[in-house]
Amino acid sequence: MELTLALAIGVLSASGVYLLLRPRTFQVIIGLSLVSYAVNLFILSMGRLRMDAAPILSGADADIANYADPVPQALVLTAIVIGFAMTALFLVVLLAARGLSGSDHVDGKGD
Amino acid sequence: MPLPSIPTDFALPLLCFLPFLASIFVLAAPGEKIRGAAWVTAVVAAILSLLSLALFPSIANGEVLISRIEWVPQLGLNLTLRLDGLAWLFAVLITCIGFLVVLYARYYMSPKDPIARFHALLLAFMGAMIGLVMSGNIIQLAIFWELTSLVSFLLIGYWYHRGDARDGARMALIITGTGGLALFVSMLVIGHIVGSYELDDVLASGGKIVESPLYPVALILFLLGAFTKSAQFPFQFWLPNAMTAPTPVSAYLHSATMVKAGVFILTRFWPVMHDHQLWFWIVTYTGLATLIFGAYTALFQRDLKGLLAYSTISHLGLITTLLGMGTPLAAVAAIFHIANHATFKASLFMAVGIIDHETGTRDVRKLSGLRKYLPFTATLAIIASAAMAGVPLLNGFLSKEMFFTETAEFDPNVFVNLSLPIGATLAGMLSVAYSIKFVHGVFFGPPPTELEKVPHEPPALMRRPIEILVLICLAVGIIPGITIAPYLAAAVHSVLGAETPYYSLSVWHGFNLPLIMSIIAMVGGAVIYVPYYRKLRDIDGVPLTRGLVGQRVFERILVTATNRWARHLVGAFGTQRLQPQIFVVIFLALAAGIAAGWARMGNLPLPDSFDPVLGLVWLLGGISALAAAQQAKFHRLASMILMGGAGLATCLTFAWFSAPDLALTQLLAEIATTVLILLGLRWLPKRSPVPESTPMAARLRRYRDVALAGLVGLGTALASYAIMTRSASEGISDFFLANAYKEGGGTNVVNVMLVDFRGFDTMGEITVLGVVALTVFGLLRRFRPASDSAERPEQQRVLDEYAPGSSENVADDFLRIPALIMNWMFPVVVVVAIYMLMRGHDLPGGGFIAGIIMSLAFILQYLAGGTRWVEERLRILPLLWIGWGLLLALLTGVGAMVLGAPFLTSAFAYADIPLIGKVPMATALIFDLGVFALVVGATVLMLIALAHQSIRRPKVAGSNKPKQRVGADKWN
Repeated sequence: MELTLALAIGVLSASGVYLLLRPRTFQVIIGLSLVSYAVNLFILSMGRLRMDAAPILSGADADIANYADPVPQALVLTAIVIGFAMTALFLVVLLAARGLSGSDHVDGKGD
Repeated sequence: MPLPSIPTDFALPLLCFLPFLASIFVLAAPGEKIRGAAWVTAVVAAILSLLSLALFPSIANGEVLISRIEWVPQLGLNLTLRLDGLAWLFAVLITCIGFLVVLYARYYMSPKDPIARFHALLLAFMGAMIGLVMSGNIIQLAIFWELTSLVSFLLIGYWYHRGDARDGARMALIITGTGGLALFVSMLVIGHIVGSYELDDVLASGGKIVESPLYPVALILFLLGAFTKSAQFPFQFWLPNAMTAPTPVSAYLHSATMVKAGVFILTRFWPVMHDHQLWFWIVTYTGLATLIFGAYTALFQRDLKGLLAYSTISHLGLITTLLGMGTPLAAVAAIFHIANHATFKASLFMAVGIIDHETGTRDVRKLSGLRKYLPFTATLAIIASAAMAGVPLLNGFLSKEMFFTETAEFDPNVFVNLSLPIGATLAGMLSVAYSIKFVHGVFFGPPPTELEKVPHEPPALMRRPIEILVLICLAVGIIPGITIAPYLAAAVHSVLGAETPYYSLSVWHGFNLPLIMSIIAMVGGAVIYVPYYRKLRDIDGVPLTRGLVGQRVFERILVTATNRWARHLVGAFGTQRLQPQIFVVIFLALAAGIAAGWARMGNLPLPDSFDPVLGLVWLLGGISALAAAQQAKFHRLASMILMGGAGLATCLTFAWFSAPDLALTQLLAEIATTVLILLGLRWLPKRSPVPESTPMAARLRRYRDVALAGLVGLGTALASYAIMTRSASEGISDFFLANAYKEGGGTNVVNVMLVDFRGFDTMGEITVLGVVALTVFGLLRRFRPASDSAERPEQQRVLDEYAPGSSENVADDFLRIPALIMNWMFPVVVVVAIYMLMRGHDLPGGGFIAGIIMSLAFILQYLAGGTRWVEERLRILPLLWIGWGLLLALLTGVGAMVLGAPFLTSAFAYADIPLIGKVPMATALIFDLGVFALVVGATVLMLIALAHQSIRRPKVAGSNKPKQRVGADKWN
């Protein structure tokens, strides 16, 4: 279980980093998204993996040992939304740059 | 005079901070009203002058007023304001001369100048200077010191449209700023030696500093700071260049206050630092060199302000020499001369300003015989110059006599014994000569012929500040015993304490050696001037020392360092290309990760459980990710779909590990991202795979990137495995679990954290989201597609060829049934969104999720009806939703503050609603509603902005064709 997730994080970040180093803006967008997945999973795994732990409290007298760690979840939730905003912004910057420079190279020139 | 006693804890902070507050006020006040700004500044300066004068009785007998404002008491960092005799003397000089300068500037400055900025800076400078002299903590002192450098930079460069003003300001900032840095380090060293940064402790440390092995380091750095500020040789050259400032600024900064900061700090630390040979030799002879050099150079200046600037340098040298000598009597003379010089030099600067104002020039060659045109100003300037030359019955004479007395003291060292009195007399002669040059050249002789206008007396009020200062010169010079004596005594006592010697301020000390030296100086000065006055008038440059220009060295260093070296550095290390930069960043991050993690890795346990379902999910997810990376260049759509596959695997993983909120959010964000990217794909250039023609270099680069990516992947996998397989340390999670229901009133801990415990984070996050949406909107408003993607896409053209008009109305054709369903789904989706919002506090859901669901409802309408159809029917204004969302969230937070709780504190209760039952009502729900509104507004805005481009016929980049806009105008 831990190994699966660790490998998944590794594969996601490797593909993401490779794309970040590519010259095309579209590749970089996809790369950033893949890196975000990897990072979000990594943060989630900081709370240690637990299956079948209840995420929702059953009431005031709940035994807190039975519940999933909420802190990484709250962090990741924020990260997902910010990641969405970042992708959108980057997409539009890339479109504007492509319009101005005529190229979709990250440096705005070259091919 | 019985004065109402002012509480120290009120008076000192007021004295220090009122100028800054007034400065902000003047800047912020609307309009550039010359009267308003001048009035505010004058009133504030008057209040400060009266306040500082009124504080005298409290420090007259050696008391020290201290007011502490605690900041980080654990670290010993407090804002300490400390007023003793010396600080008081300076505070009075700063505030009173400041007040006079403000009055003077009222008439000097032209209404065309940006007057509010001038007054605001003047006030800020006043505050910085007061803060400097009243600092009770030596770190704080260094900070205020730098502040004076900064503000003086802005004041010297006040007329920044002039190149020389910019150059002068920059030079002053670099020299004094560098010195300030040295001073700061020396303060740290001194604090280290003493063991405390409080000035009281430093001054009470006795011989500790001098005996420390670190003393030479501390002293050199300290003197660098003091000498650069007080324009001592060889750093003197910035001061004449700073004369490009408006004359009131020169009168204030470069005579009375800022340049005095250097000698102030020498005086302040004199008791604990002077008792060493190193101090004696460096300070005394730097001062003497400056004294002679300044006086000599002043003699050859054509510009009146230049003459005064070099004279100031020379007088500062005199004070420095006195402080260097190390005897208590010399220190008394130094303090006395600080006050005297400030009064006569400020009045002289103001007089030169009047001359400049009335004649349009400050060039001695063009001026002469002005006595007939400006009789009052001439009289005042002549008296002040006499004080500068040290003529009896004026204040300059008294302190100069004390100086001569001290230099004439016997010293066992023959060199010292000869050099000091001879140097002092020589400088005295020179200063008499340049004073005569100033007076004779400007006010006497034939009427001026080269002036553009006929000079006449300025408004009487413009002369008033000079009159007051000259009156003080006379009063101190004639009756020192009842004018200056008590104040000087307080200042001297605060520096020398028990060491205070007996000194006499009387005008007549009998016919002794100092008097002879004075007479030699007077006669000698006249002898230098009279035979050569024509030559001196027209001479160009300074004979003998022409080659000795610190300025040239400075400029050469500046050019070399900021231009040539910078270019070399950029050439060696810089690149304008993004890829190498990202490579370096990732490489360094990897290296740092390995360096930090290698030793901590420990023994990795073997996996003890394997989950086949998760394994399968990630088999597909991993393949998707790799394939997405491989396809991203030539098959964008495929790559995007594959990325979605990896995203879905992530989403399932969230659900798998008990994070339903995350799974929901991930899924919805995934959809929104996909739609956005799909809308953008159309504007990217076509690219088809080229058969094997990749050059060798490109292929090598690719292998290199694969290697780096592989290493990063391996590293993250190892790191996460290593962390996951060891037990968690005690964290803060239990707190949230235990208190979410009790204090937050919700059972969905994640949501309670977002809207309640960590509400401030969420506040920042939605702000970011709103900013992004506005940026997207702004960028796309003036969107210009590249010429090769400006045409309609191929698919639409093919459709239109087949059946004209059909590409506009796909929904009527093959998408009719799905479109109908999507139309009908709209209310359902909206209800789901509201449900998600309402239940968010207790069950998975919340503002983010509901917001994205809501915007998905709009996306569906776009898919079903087409952009034009939706835009015609869309009734929500996303900008308003963003604004209201942010406002609502903010108001919830402020509401809590109004009720006396910290920002964003929430309250909750259960309401019993008929039919529905018990519903939790927390104020956090209102906050979440704000989040919801903002997310809807932001997402819809981005969506509309992008989607709208497809029906616009925008200008192609680079073309000048007139705009042809189709579609609703509000989105253009």
